[in-house]
Amino acid sequence: MFLSDSLLPLLAAGALAFSVLTYVILDGTDLGVGILFMANPGDDERHVMAISILPIWDGNETWLVLGGGGLIAMFPAVYSIFFTATYIPLFVMLLALIFRGVALEYRDGASSARRRRLYDLAFIAGSTLATFAQGVLAGALLQGIPHDGSQYSGNGWDWLSGFSLFCGLALVAGYALLGACWLVWRTEGELQAKARRQARWLGLMTLLLAGAAIYWSGLVQPVLWERWGDLPLLTAWLGLLALLALGFWKWLDSRHDFLPLFMVLGAVVVAFAGLLASLHPTIIPPSLTLAEGASPASSLGFMLIGFAVLIPFTLAYSTYGFWVFRGKVHPRGEG
Amino acid sequence: MDVDDPALLVARIQFGLTISFHIVLAAFSIGLANFLMVLEGLWLRTRDELYLDLYKFWLKIFALNVTVGVVSGIVMEFEFGTNWGRLSTLAGSVIGPLMFYEVLVAFFLEAGFLGIMLFGMRKVGPKLHFFTTCMVALGSLFSAFWILSANSWMHTPAGFVIGSDGRFEAQDWLAIIFNPSFPYRFTHMTIAAFLATALMVAATGAWHLLRDKSNRGARVMFSMALWVVAVLAPLQILVGDLHGENTLEHQPQKVAAMEGAWDRPPPGAGEPMRLFAIPDMQERRNHFELAIPHVGSLYLRHNLSGTIKSLNEFPPEDIPPVPIVFFAFRIMVGLGLLMAVLGAASVVLRRRGRLYDARWLQRISVWMAPAGFIAMLCGWVVTEVGRQPFTVYGLLRTADSRSPVSLSFVTTSTLSILAVYLLVFGLGLAYLLRALRRPPEQGEREPEPGLRSPPVD
Ligand code: HDD
Ligand code: HEM
Ligand code: HEM
Repeated sequence: MFLSDSLLPLLAAGALAFSVLTYVILDGTDLGVGILFMANPGDDERHVMAISILPIWDGNETWLVLGGGGLIAMFPAVYSIFFTATYIPLFVMLLALIFRGVALEYRDGASSARRRRLYDLAFIAGSTLATFAQGVLAGALLQGIPHDGSQYSGNGWDWLSGFSLFCGLALVAGYALLGACWLVWRTEGELQAKARRQARWLGLMTLLLAGAAIYWSGLVQPVLWERWGDLPLLTAWLGLLALLALGFWKWLDSRHDFLPLFMVLGAVVVAFAGLLASLHPTIIPPSLTLAEGASPASSLGFMLIGFAVLIPFTLAYSTYGFWVFRGKVHPRGEG
Repeated sequence: MDVDDPALLVARIQFGLTISFHIVLAAFSIGLANFLMVLEGLWLRTRDELYLDLYKFWLKIFALNVTVGVVSGIVMEFEFGTNWGRLSTLAGSVIGPLMFYEVLVAFFLEAGFLGIMLFGMRKVGPKLHFFTTCMVALGSLFSAFWILSANSWMHTPAGFVIGSDGRFEAQDWLAIIFNPSFPYRFTHMTIAAFLATALMVAATGAWHLLRDKSNRGARVMFSMALWVVAVLAPLQILVGDLHGENTLEHQPQKVAAMEGAWDRPPPGAGEPMRLFAIPDMQERRNHFELAIPHVGSLYLRHNLSGTIKSLNEFPPEDIPPVPIVFFAFRIMVGLGLLMAVLGAASVVLRRRGRLYDARWLQRISVWMAPAGFIAMLCGWVVTEVGRQPFTVYGLLRTADSRSPVSLSFVTTSTLSILAVYLLVFGLGLAYLLRALRRPPEQGEREPEPGLRSPPVD
């Protein structure tokens, strides 16, 4: 009884959170590379940037599908409330992801440089818009969604607020930062030096924007802050973030090219954990709880077993997929 | 039927539109992945470079197709929330887990190995590369397995109870997964994917043979594909017949709509086979009917006088839009018979040793390039429109499945999707035809992204 009533929904939420976090980390980086196309107009540098993510972006995007499939399966009411409520930004994200994927795959086959610039435009717009929409989705969730029982009850526009748009902006900076750090790791020479400079600026910007978004979230949805009345917890959380930020700053120029990326990834994990802690035990703030929104135990148990058994394999072969394409990426003609 | 809720109608159009695009790409991916697996296997066994060239030729096509297939699937994954919120809330805990397993066992497998399959030929060696091709092919079949299980459950729900709040609750997962129509639908659909792909491959081979009879690559693909058609087309007819019998048991009004059977024939007359008719929903009868007596009973009941429940025996609000189902069924079956004829003709010519000389066969093959996909789409229209007015058959009406969103939202999203799909898929199709127009050559290149092997340190 206890098991089914509170533990299973919690585990399900954990599985879901894991999918979303993995998506943000992996595809956030790919989208960031797309956003940075804006700042790197050269055809050769764009070629290197594109092929650094070409063999892996598809697998990375699959974590989003797992999040969507997980949400309908584990929290069906939340799935329908949330996606009905965010109809517009959701479709913007989906269509933007289409442009992103297709432009990335097809740009190599473009018949002329002008054609390719068109694809690149679609790639930039797709990546940026998809990211922005994801930020808006997150903001819309955090500020709360009108619903009665298991049905959405708003007018379709309540996702739109200064706060949700600001979250979109912050996420664009954040993903671009991930993208820049990825390039620091995977490229060399001029492109790498440029990425270092970009990472420094984007780091600062992300810090400011994300900090402001966190502050703002407490104003639009006070429930989110209640848990943080606990001062030691807050101090520990902020301290961890500060350490990672410092590490990023210090090691941005280090010989170990992977360090900046991993500092930022660490910060994403810590920030995400903080977000979950603020939400718990609700899934749609301020009042719909995990247990209320969850599927019956018969469904949760069936899925969690599969998740526990299969995800290790998934992680193993996905890692292998990354490993095959390891090392610095080289431009056309050099291999 | 839907005039009172235009938003519902648009939502249905949107679903039909997005899934139609998706299913064509998905089926082509399923077929190509398995074809590629066979080609690479043949290469490894015979070490004949020809198979490797063909592999690389079709790998480029596969790469074009799979990208668009994947992004079109992601739209589907979220449409259940945006447009079909009530359905998701009520049935999500039953069909959701099936979609969840689809991601876990199928999509990750496909996507995880796809990068290596497309770009890793020089990095991992032939044996390991063959393994990744197998995993992608397997993933595509798993994908069909799980999503068709979810879909079939909505046609023939089993293994559940309905809770006090009206939600479906899973009780027996084996009964849910292997629900009564699933084995038939999975078999029929998998064969459909293989047939549709084989017809595309045959058409490509034929097109190049018409230009250069001596191109070895074109000969081999033409011959391989026609073997597949010769074997699978008759099999598909058999499976389709079994599928129909299963449907007769579980969804009698769908079969009545396929047959255009409004009234039960007098005792002893048996069901006719209607070759043509214009079903009229208002007058509840057919116009211009052209039928052969008794033959319907033969394939429906396997005797000369058996009858089926007719449309007028159902309440008017419970029957599907008959004309759509009726015509879609005839197109599918007609094309199926045509495929069987093509297959038979190829066998006869083969035995006379004239397979590569008979230009008429090649011309017909070129014309039949899209036949498999058209038959497949018609099949889905029969299945899905024939299920109306329900989403979960007999239990949840389509009208009660929708999200509370306004007409303007649904219309805007539908139009945007249509515009984006036409642009993107149009472009994809142009690339596809461009790639297919080039004959397969010796020393075919793979779709390389220009990555250099990592330095050995
Ligand atoms: C897993 C679920 C699933 C799958 C695999 C499919 N469908 Fe479906 N389809 C639905 C789930 C569904 C649905 C969500 O249940 C709809 C929406 C409204 C309805 O009544 O059923 C539907 C409706 C629907 C309609 C509108 C019918 C009407 O309103 O009269 C069409 C034309 C199709 N589908 C066509 C297809 C095609 C071409 C498919 C090929 C793969 C397909 N469906 C697979
Ligand atoms: C409503 C129903 C469907 C949904 C929600 C859906 C969802 C999806 C999603 C999200 C993807 C992308 C996976 C990725 O990221 O790698 C995908 C791809 C795929 N789907 Fe579907 N799908 C549906 C119907 C079908 C059907 C009916 C089939 C086949 C019988 C099918 C076969 C495939 C295959 C083979 C792929 C791999 C991509 C490709 O090769 O095109 N899907 N689908
Ligand atoms: C010529 C003989 C054929 C017969 C008698 C036949 C019979 C049927 C029937 C009765 C259905 C409806 C199942 C339901 O009630 O839901 C169906 C669906 C379908 N058919 Fe056919 N079919 C034939 C040929 C084909 C061919 C040649 C293709 C494609 C290449 C095809 C593809 C499909 C598909 C994709 C569906 C929908 C999925 C499903 O329910 O299996 N069929 N078929």
